[in-house]
Amino acid sequence: MQSHVNSEKDTPLICLGIESTAHTFGVGIASSSGKIIANVNSTYRPPPEKGIHPREAAQHHCEIAPKILKQALQDASTSIEKIDFIAFSAGPGLGPTLRTGATIARALAVWLDKPLVPVHHAIGHIEIASLTAGTSDPLVILVSGGHTTITAYGNGRWRIFGETEDITLGNFLEKFAREAKISSSESIFLAPIIERLAKLGKEYIDLPYVVKGNDVSYSGLLTAAIRKVKEGKRIEDICYSLQEVSFAMLAEASERALAHTEKREVLLTGGAAANERLQEMIRYIAEEHEARFFVVPKTYSGDCGAQIAWTGILAYLKGVKVEVEKSIIRPRWRLDQVRIPWR
Amino acid sequence: MFMPLIRKGAEADLFLEDWYGLKTIRKMRKQKAYRITSLDTSIRRERTSHEAQIMHEAKLAGVPTPTIYMVDMATTSIIMEYIEGTRIKEALNELSSIKRENLCNLLGQLVGKLHLKGIIHGDLTTSNMIEGMNDKIFIIDFGLAEYSEELEKRGVDLLLLKRALQSTHYAYAKECYDAVVKGYSKEMKNEATKEVTQRVKEIENRGRYAVER
Repeated sequence: MQSHVNSEKDTPLICLGIESTAHTFGVGIASSSGKIIANVNSTYRPPPEKGIHPREAAQHHCEIAPKILKQALQDASTSIEKIDFIAFSAGPGLGPTLRTGATIARALAVWLDKPLVPVHHAIGHIEIASLTAGTSDPLVILVSGGHTTITAYGNGRWRIFGETEDITLGNFLEKFAREAKISSSESIFLAPIIERLAKLGKEYIDLPYVVKGNDVSYSGLLTAAIRKVKEGKRIEDICYSLQEVSFAMLAEASERALAHTEKREVLLTGGAAANERLQEMIRYIAEEHEARFFVVPKTYSGDCGAQIAWTGILAYLKGVKVEVEKSIIRPRWRLDQVRIPWR
Repeated sequence: MFMPLIRKGAEADLFLEDWYGLKTIRKMRKQKAYRITSLDTSIRRERTSHEAQIMHEAKLAGVPTPTIYMVDMATTSIIMEYIEGTRIKEALNELSSIKRENLCNLLGQLVGKLHLKGIIHGDLTTSNMIEGMNDKIFIIDFGLAEYSEELEKRGVDLLLLKRALQSTHYAYAKECYDAVVKGYSKEMKNEATKEVTQRVKEIENRGRYAVER
């Protein structure tokens, strides 16, 4: 793995990163030597069968923030004064939760008189995966709550080769689970429960398979899958079938992008990357095209502070920072609009 | 039989074959082991027969496509004419700005011809266009094509080409796209072109995290 030591200083720089785009509030601490030294996260849990309410998630973040911050500093065996700069997720995401994270980041930057670095959340997912899985120039398949995007770096930006036209794969799975009244006492996320049920599925139920060029669409599949629940089909069979269809759609779109870009590496990242069946399919298409398959380690697959801290390091070393007065949040910040000076 | 694999596509493999003395391409939709069998079989069969039919329709619309010699359902393959030439993906980068504009203009015209006859290609990337002899442009890979005259589908089709230009030919994507639109309007006429390009913008803005522009 390449080393990221700052040549101008003997000691590596330390960045504290704050993640708050959606239901997770996280603080990560990363060093410019390429190490993640703390990663503490807390996820807001909506009431059963409900989605995230932005205001309540923001309230959760507000209440939990001091505890998470303290824990992260303790895990890193450091103190807040030793932090060289503060990074925060500036978007895209929910306005209220983004504002909560940004307010904390601004306050720290002002109080400590340290630079403030805005980070695009999706680039955080890509960079933390790239660091921890060890890729250099991959085709990235990003499957998080907010993104279902097939992207590769080219000439200063992440170029989008395919994406969802409506809801994301993560949304699709979570929404289906809520509609089907699948619940869990142990997990905040319901997609892993779908994965477990799918393993017990025996019979394939026909569902709409929608690929448009390099793009996919999941909204029609969601409606159809819910209808199967109402028709009284076995839930295990529906879970099995909807995983097969939705993942195969993404695998097909990814394969098209891979054939087009001819990349030698494929990197699967984001929360839904933890699904073993999805990994199996993407690994298969990578190997078909003689590309190496990488997947983000489970610790860093979901939204986390570490992804913001590490991307903050990469950005800051290339001079990316923002004045506190201008540190606006961008709830609809698109991945391909971000200039990347470090790749 | 000697069958060199000349290109491993996303969903099908292309083999160079001698077919009763003709130089042909066999486009074979292979089984995808990542898809379960019943889903896979129905997708491959449907796309093979559909593609052959729509390629023929495109030719009738005045868009050069490889001539089909045979459709073999047992192996889900189409045996078609081999086109000698360069993919636009590569050809575009070799050209002077004027020639590039002319080429894109022509691409736009071909897309216009398809749309005028109610054909949506479904995968308009520069990998799916070949510059053959005498500057003749062939459109290939109709695997995702469909019949439709809906504004929305035309918009998505043109947007795919715009995206392909932006992601692969970013240095001159804008001039290329402008030329495509110009060529497109030659076939579709101004009023319809305006509607489609307006829809392209709308779809872009509808996408996740799009900023109004």
